Amino acid sequence: MTDSPLLDVQGISKTFQVPKGPNGNDRLRALDRIDLTLRQGETLGLVGESGCGKSTLARTLMLLERPDQGTVRFGGVDPFALRKSELLRWRRRVQMVFQDPYASLNPRLTAAQIIAEPWHTHRDLFRTSRERAARVRELLHLVGLRPSDADRYPQEFSGGQRQRIGIARALALGPDVVICDEPVSALDLSVQAQVLNLLNELQQALSVSYLFISHDLSVVRHVADRVAVMYLGRIVETGTTDEVFENPRHPYTKALLSAAPTLRRADRERKQKILLKGELPSPLDPPSGCRFRTRCWQATELCANTPPPPTADPTTPGHTAECHHPLDTRVSAAR
Amino acid sequence: MTAIGMEVSGLTVELTTPRGTTRAVDGVSFTAHRGRTLALLGESGCGKSMTAQAIVGLLEPIASVTAGSVQVDGEDLLKVSRKRRRQLAGPTLSIVFQDALTALNPVLKVGTQLAEPYRIHQRMPAKRARAKAIELMRHVGIPEPESRVDSYPHQFSGGMRQRLLIAMAVALSPKVLIADEPTTALDVTVQAQILALLAQLRKEHDMAVVLITHDLAVVAEEADTVAVMYSGRIVETGPVDEVFEDPRHPYTRGLLDSVPVETERGADLSSIPGAPPDLFAIPPGCPYQARCPLVQDVCRAERPALETRAGRAVACHLAEGTAQ
Ligand SMILES: Nc1ncnc2c1ncn2[C@@H]1O[C@H](COP(=O)(O)OP(=O)(O)OP(=O)(O)O)[C@@H](O)[C@H]1O
Ligand SMILES: Nc1ncnc2c1ncn2[C@@H]1O[C@H](COP(=O)(O)OP(=O)(O)O)[C@@H](O)[C@H]1O
Ligand code: SF4
Ligand code: SF4
Ligand SMILES: [Mg+2]
Ligand SMILES: [Mg+2]
Repeated sequence: MTDSPLLDVQGISKTFQVPKGPNGNDRLRALDRIDLTLRQGETLGLVGESGCGKSTLARTLMLLERPDQGTVRFGGVDPFALRKSELLRWRRRVQMVFQDPYASLNPRLTAAQIIAEPWHTHRDLFRTSRERAARVRELLHLVGLRPSDADRYPQEFSGGQRQRIGIARALALGPDVVICDEPVSALDLSVQAQVLNLLNELQQALSVSYLFISHDLSVVRHVADRVAVMYLGRIVETGTTDEVFENPRHPYTKALLSAAPTLRRADRERKQKILLKGELPSPLDPPSGCRFRTRCWQATELCANTPPPPTADPTTPGHTAECHHPLDTRVSAAR
Repeated sequence: MTAIGMEVSGLTVELTTPRGTTRAVDGVSFTAHRGRTLALLGESGCGKSMTAQAIVGLLEPIASVTAGSVQVDGEDLLKVSRKRRRQLAGPTLSIVFQDALTALNPVLKVGTQLAEPYRIHQRMPAKRARAKAIELMRHVGIPEPESRVDSYPHQFSGGMRQRLLIAMAVALSPKVLIADEPTTALDVTVQAQILALLAQLRKEHDMAVVLITHDLAVVAEEADTVAVMYSGRIVETGPVDEVFEDPRHPYTRGLLDSVPVETERGADLSSIPGAPPDLFAIPPGCPYQARCPLVQDVCRAERPALETRAGRAVACHLAEGTAQ
């Protein structure tokens, strides 16, 4: 890992035009001033409830959505400011693995054709079809498939094998960053572990960075170096994985961690379940002040009036939470 | 000892497709006690939903029950007439499905749907049934039920729809409630709310709950007993704490080991090689043989029966050998 971030996102927002909601608003702010960094070889876990903006953020980093404001810097360059011809080369650097290995592979193409798909738009990568075929074989090997799998169709593979094909396709352009949007949540547990192990091996071998989106907190805890927690379009807490899991400072993070079922009895006895009241507010009509205040058990008048600024944990500077009254679980645990 | 809510024995479901006929559920037996939760745990395709559909009589035409019995209150649900079955659906047995949007009728107001059990089974007049529906909505935690009773299903969030479905299922206080992956489509915070609601209702109505899930942690938190399914069969069953502390079947052990807990970040997770067998090519002998680290010749030749040893039931030739 090097120190200067490979990917540096500052204050990006994304608003969608949608049919009018209950309060007459038709502008949905899916991302609201997001800051994010990702270093080479690092895994950043992104967690949050359905609709909080995780996939929109992923699509923006894939350069598929243009942010309304803020900057994305990739190796120091703003890809959104590039000319079209240059942009194509940039697109190679960020690739994506999708959740559903059933829906994301074209059933009419063979595994080899699927893996080679990205080369149709990036024609300059290989000169001859022989080079291409050799690279397909390498990629198959890399993701643990057999050379004979090249000519088989997606339907002939199991879910885990299909996800391996999806991973090979994501690696076909030699990216620096791979965005994994729920890459194992459609897979059975016994197969999940195989795919997580593969992603880990690939990171060791290729030094790629992962933005790892998942609703499964135990998976995120296992794979991520750092974690960002999203709520209604904002990142409300970030820090190293151990810090965030052991010492959550934002009430939402704490509630999320407590709600996740755990296998080990010792863990269960230690933590108390926080059942959040109410529902996720409509993103068309987010609450004033702190967005979490309608479900927060600590909310005060200040929370309703003023959006909380990010506050760093004084003892661990990389750990910030956007909350007027951040928790200190270390203190309360010691009591 | 708690009263028995439902006793399933030797339940077998055959599936007939263009590829041939096969057993999707093969001799499944379990007992669900009143006031308790039994978890049916297994990976996708192992036959959990078919088991549930067979019990409630909602199998698709391509599937049919070929053997077994389902005893509830002295009656075998698999033998009773269609008419009797309809009478039992609601006050005796009900089911909650994973996908609330398809399980609810999209063109009927939720109030109408919630009032239905009262109108049909108790012949309650419309006005009183509506009042009961509102009460039910309040009971399962739907805010402002008086104003939401005339809304349609799509006007509710996923979590609220699941509450509505649960409300409908418990309206007539059934003795047995089957919940097929009731929270799989939901966020963890909503899942926690729904599971808490189910546990509360189970106590209130003293229901036997059969919770179908693929999530080991949900089983650990919610269930008293677990039955682990593989390839249409129950391969291990017993009290959750005992099975999870000391799994005797290699598959149960493999599953527990695949969960990322306490493993160091980046360290390899232990995983089960391969995938479950194709339903139409289940090998003779043990269905787990191709993935099992302990496989012996006997496993390929003879099918292991679910045998009870020291209070634990395991279907494995080497079960004694695997227990420490
Ligand atoms: N193209 C679009 N047009 C309008 N609204 C959109 C569009 N894409 C996303 N949204 C809205 O933006 C918000 C964030 O959506 P997004 O898909 O990023 O959520 P997510 O965190 O990935 O959710 P999930 O966990 O369900 O995948 C949601 O309210 C969604 O409905
Ligand atoms: N309509 C159907 N047509 C063909 N096969 C089916 C059908 N429904 C279920 N099956 C097969 O029956 C087996 C058991 O299915 P199911 O009970 O739904 O599994 P689970 O609920 O455990 O995921 C699976 O192999 C599945 O593919
Ligand atoms: S700012 Fe207030 S409402 Fe928001 S999370 Fe903190 S305490 Fe809760
Ligand atoms: S019977 Fe044999 S193959 Fe089957 S689980 Fe036991 S040891 Fe493994
Ligand atoms: Mg998404
Ligand atoms: Mg199912």
